[in-house]
Amino acid sequence: MKKFITGNEAAAIGAKLARVKVISAYPITPQTTIVEKLSEFVANGELDAEYMKVESEHSALSACIGAAATGVRTFTATSSQGLMLMSEIMFVASGLRLPIVMTNVNRSLSAPLNIWCDQQDSIAVRDSGWIQLYCENNQEIIDSTIQAFRIAEETLLPVMVCFDGYILSHTTEPVDIPEQDEVDKFLPPYKYPYSLDPEHPVTIGAVGVPDFYEEFRYMLQKAMLESRGKILEVGQAFNKQFGREHGLIECYRSDDAEVLLLTMGSLSGSVKEVVDEYRGHGERVGLVKVRTFRPFLAKELAEALSNAKAVAVLEKDFSPGSTGALFSDLSGALANAKKSPLLLNFICGLGGRDVSVNQIREAAKAAMEAAKTGEVKEAVRWLGLRETMVGLKP
Amino acid sequence: MNQISEEELLAPGHRACPGCGNVLAIRYALKALGKNIIVCAPTGCMEVVTTPYPETAWRVPWIHVAFENVAAVASGVQAGLKKLGKRDIKVVAIGGDGGTVDIGLQALSGMVERNDNVVYICTDNEAYMNTGIQRSGSTPFAAWTTTTPVGKVKRGEDRPKKNMLAIINAHGAPYIAAASIGYPFDLIKKVKKAASIEGSTYIHAHCPCGPGWRFDSSKTIEIAKLAVLTGIWNLYEIERGEFKLTFKPPKRRPVADYLKVQGRFRHLTDEEIAEIQRMVDEECKRLGIE
Repeated sequence: MKKFITGNEAAAIGAKLARVKVISAYPITPQTTIVEKLSEFVANGELDAEYMKVESEHSALSACIGAAATGVRTFTATSSQGLMLMSEIMFVASGLRLPIVMTNVNRSLSAPLNIWCDQQDSIAVRDSGWIQLYCENNQEIIDSTIQAFRIAEETLLPVMVCFDGYILSHTTEPVDIPEQDEVDKFLPPYKYPYSLDPEHPVTIGAVGVPDFYEEFRYMLQKAMLESRGKILEVGQAFNKQFGREHGLIECYRSDDAEVLLLTMGSLSGSVKEVVDEYRGHGERVGLVKVRTFRPFLAKELAEALSNAKAVAVLEKDFSPGSTGALFSDLSGALANAKKSPLLLNFICGLGGRDVSVNQIREAAKAAMEAAKTGEVKEAVRWLGLRETMVGLKP
Repeated sequence: MNQISEEELLAPGHRACPGCGNVLAIRYALKALGKNIIVCAPTGCMEVVTTPYPETAWRVPWIHVAFENVAAVASGVQAGLKKLGKRDIKVVAIGGDGGTVDIGLQALSGMVERNDNVVYICTDNEAYMNTGIQRSGSTPFAAWTTTTPVGKVKRGEDRPKKNMLAIINAHGAPYIAAASIGYPFDLIKKVKKAASIEGSTYIHAHCPCGPGWRFDSSKTIEIAKLAVLTGIWNLYEIERGEFKLTFKPPKRRPVADYLKVQGRFRHLTDEEIAEIQRMVDEECKRLGIE
């Protein structure tokens, strides 16, 4: 059934179709309408779930952990400062290998206070041991949310579905909403193998002394690396049933491209337009869209980039004192590659600033210049920056 | 009524210090609760000494997540059980004073406000013992700790102990009780009652700590009893708003008897002891104890 819905509605409907049993969430802009929608579903009897009215995001995720450990499917949603407050518990959720699914509506971090979109929030928790999927549009949001439960439950890893605040969360798009019976076929009932049960007592969350801790962390690493195959497999199964493929990465007109633009999230849509424009002029430009940021797909990306001469990485995040996170991970992934393109990093769209088509062209042009000369003039550039205000120009 | 289960649901061989008051509180509580429970624990002494992987002292299901969130975890567990239709299983959160009255207070307030079906037991040893005797909101007035040292200008903890029972009572919890490991029958009875009531129930158990309070490990019970006999810690319950003393000392002993046997109060002058006596008298008067 096709309907015009917002990204937040897509996430809420996705969770409902997954028949979540415990929802524990705290409102935060721009995620708020997800939890409003879910509480409405519960209030109307459309969804048979416990809606826990917790007093903070920290408790929201803590309650999800408790519930997931009893053997029920759990869901939470947050953004930005809320994600930061949760972050301590995110590491515990993955360490305990609990398959919790969370929506993160991407929003900037304070200070200064800003409620608009960028991806600094989810990037800040990239080391928390959660699988991170980034969505380009509202269709991807509903599909990824449904897939996230299966990926989580088959890998025993928590999954974050990330999408851009306002740009998707509050924007209406036509979305094909899967039928409940089809989702039921795709997503089997939740089963957690080590649930808290007085009939079979288990101890969850024991102290990992130095003699054992490292092995536990390695097991998490192994599971994360192996989840790559599961994300792919679940994506293929989804495609078979629903006719829509969302892979690990998406390559758009990239096969023979000399210059590649690489990004995540909703920006991909605008980049595709710029790619089409350059292709119209006979320029060999393409896009690589990263859907799965964690696990980081070093092999796939190295392969996808192997024939390009230069790659422009556009991202709505940065690590103060370093570069954009996607750029630094990509640099690491290419460290031992036989053939590796020149890399340029463009930080853009922070705090909800629009990334214009002109700015994407600027990035593409710089990469084309590098491809031609074999030289990178400026490795990291901030697009659309008021240079006089920050003291770069008098 | 005084039949107490002989079954030990907390196995011996854990790593607690000799004469540990907290372990006794947990042992008694488990005897009161039986096997059909799920225990949630915050970070603290009890978590560390009972679950060094690959060992566990717990013969009932047990989960630890972090320090400040045990009430939220317990809320989640009971929500999960509700959806599974396993309403007969009781969820129990057992935390220390730091994890309860300080860092865990927000999550606990949320749990009690929602009246989630959980028995919460605070085993109060009046400081952060796991990290080496730092003061908590539950540390009593004038006590020495490693962060309230006795120096030339400071004389130990300068604020009275936080009244946690009053805080929980203000939430409208259906049952709250003050207990002590010195009075195991009273403690067991209270835990049983708490478990029989649907909703958030709260037990605050006074648990002396030898290494932290500076007394010999053989004196734990004696000191626990002295706290009650001097009236510095009192045994009562509040059931649906109705206050009841569950033990009234025949003739209250001077608080000096309690203070002078603990190294953490060694620095006190007669004037300071008199000041504490005045505070104890006031509290006892408020509770209706002579």
